Amino acid sequence: MTHKSSTGKISRALLLFPVLTVVVMLVSIAVGSVSIPLTDTAQVLWNAIWKLPQPDSMAVPIVLSTRLPRVLCAALIGAALSISGAAMQGLLKNPLADGTTVGVSGGASLGAVIAIVFGITIPGLPFGGVMVLAIVFACLSLIAILTLAYKLDSSLSTNTIILLGVIFTMFTSSVVSLLITFADDQIHSITFWLMGSMSSSSYLNAILLLVATLSCGLVLFGCSRELNAFAISEDNARHIGVNVRRVKFTVLIAVSVLIGVCVAISGTIGFVGLVTPHMIRIIVGPNHRRLLPATVFGGASFLMLADLVSRTIFSPRELPIGVVTSFVGALFFLALFYHARKRG
Amino acid sequence: MPETMLKLDHVSVNYGDVLVVDDANFQLRAGEWLMVVGPNGAGKSTIINAISGSAPYRGRISCLDRDIRSYRSVELARLMGVLAQHHGVGYSFTVREVVNMGRYAHTRSMFVSRSDADEAAIAHAIELTGLEPFLDQSVLTLSGGELQRTFLAQLFAQDPQILLLDEPTNHLDLAYQEQVFDLIRQWLRHPGRAVMSVVHDLSLAKSYGTRAVLLDGGRMVADDSVLNALSQRHLADVYRMDVFAWMRKMLTQWEE
Repeated sequence: MTHKSSTGKISRALLLFPVLTVVVMLVSIAVGSVSIPLTDTAQVLWNAIWKLPQPDSMAVPIVLSTRLPRVLCAALIGAALSISGAAMQGLLKNPLADGTTVGVSGGASLGAVIAIVFGITIPGLPFGGVMVLAIVFACLSLIAILTLAYKLDSSLSTNTIILLGVIFTMFTSSVVSLLITFADDQIHSITFWLMGSMSSSSYLNAILLLVATLSCGLVLFGCSRELNAFAISEDNARHIGVNVRRVKFTVLIAVSVLIGVCVAISGTIGFVGLVTPHMIRIIVGPNHRRLLPATVFGGASFLMLADLVSRTIFSPRELPIGVVTSFVGALFFLALFYHARKRG
Repeated sequence: MPETMLKLDHVSVNYGDVLVVDDANFQLRAGEWLMVVGPNGAGKSTIINAISGSAPYRGRISCLDRDIRSYRSVELARLMGVLAQHHGVGYSFTVREVVNMGRYAHTRSMFVSRSDADEAAIAHAIELTGLEPFLDQSVLTLSGGELQRTFLAQLFAQDPQILLLDEPTNHLDLAYQEQVFDLIRQWLRHPGRAVMSVVHDLSLAKSYGTRAVLLDGGRMVADDSVLNALSQRHLADVYRMDVFAWMRKMLTQWEE
């Protein structure tokens, strides 16, 4: 009986996540330099969805042209980074793993910076060059790190991967600094990658993010059982019949694509992928069948709130969103660490 | 002659430049409990790792007359199950979740719910290992013995024909040692099954094994019935001491 009731509690918590996300989204759209009442915001969105005539008010362009694309991008990036982090933490059986710690984010931002500095573009797609290079570099850095890790230690132990990831991130950031010293006229747009920002959000970017998050998210969700086994241990996964190599490969590719797309659109936003899965795991437990979907909503809400703070706290000045997430993330981690130490 | 379940032909394993297993050749037949015995560094666990796919090897390992490399992962897991020596679980899964994962190779997709056969195998495994009171407990809060029983239950739920056990009762209480070894002996009574286990304790090997492979420095010294493989001469060669005299001396302490 206890088992039944605890599952019931968890499913109710799972239902709460989408509701919470919608509420946070409404608030994020309503609040800003010009605040719009929640009811008006909901009305404008409702009319837009059902293609009803809009009232003649300033609220309409603010909601639909300025706030909505930005909030959508923040939600999707939060979701993508968080599900990537959750999958990496399961795969590597390490709660410190995410795109930043295994070097994928570093690689992706190096790719983006190269595209900006050398002006690499794809005809017809305004951000195409940056995006493709970010994804390619994310995949390449992952391959480089895994090959090197395999050469050093054929069991591909997670510590080796994370150590190499940290070294690789230092390496990419030094190359980025080198490129910046030679590229004075693009300094502003490069700084933007380094700190993370939501200011270039558009509906086109939101659609790209939606496609990437849905496709890669479904791939990762499809690997839930395998990720559970990896989270117990890679050996145990192999023993119960998981095709260890194939799953590792699938998850790592999906994660690189997600992180590459996110970095291309918003730069490197730290800590989201690390912190969200932790918080969600405390609520729904470590089983990826529940953890991954809940993380999508948790990550979306977290990044929308972080973006809200970044654009309102020192308004009209806007903080880079990475500053907000890292600030919250660092404090959160300290608290987590302190608690774990006190208890253990 | 009973059916050959597992066969090693010229299997060698290197860790870097060190040859850990040097040309191992032996078979595991149905109904047998094969004990892999030898001093530290003899390559016992490495042989289990090679068979279970955790260590790269040279040579050929076949299961039911087919190279194990030609099996799909789930096919092999339905034939062969492994109980590892150490379990470092990463996150706070419940005992029930860990045992359920044993059915991975039998359930085709995460969207298909568990079949009656799955439920029956899980219930049977839980009953055999006496885990009922711990089912909803986090594996991070279990004692070493309870954790070992959890993974043993996962292995029984997996329901393979061959068990590979790496020091199944290492560092565990005596009562628990007896319980686990009796459980496995009982499991083996079912036809078409076989067990291969790495055991450090020679007395355990002698009382439960039907056959033994004695290893020393990666090389096979004997492959015979337990009685012949663990003969006075073989053990003296491998352990560089009079094992028989030592064992008797240890036992006489308990006589009253």
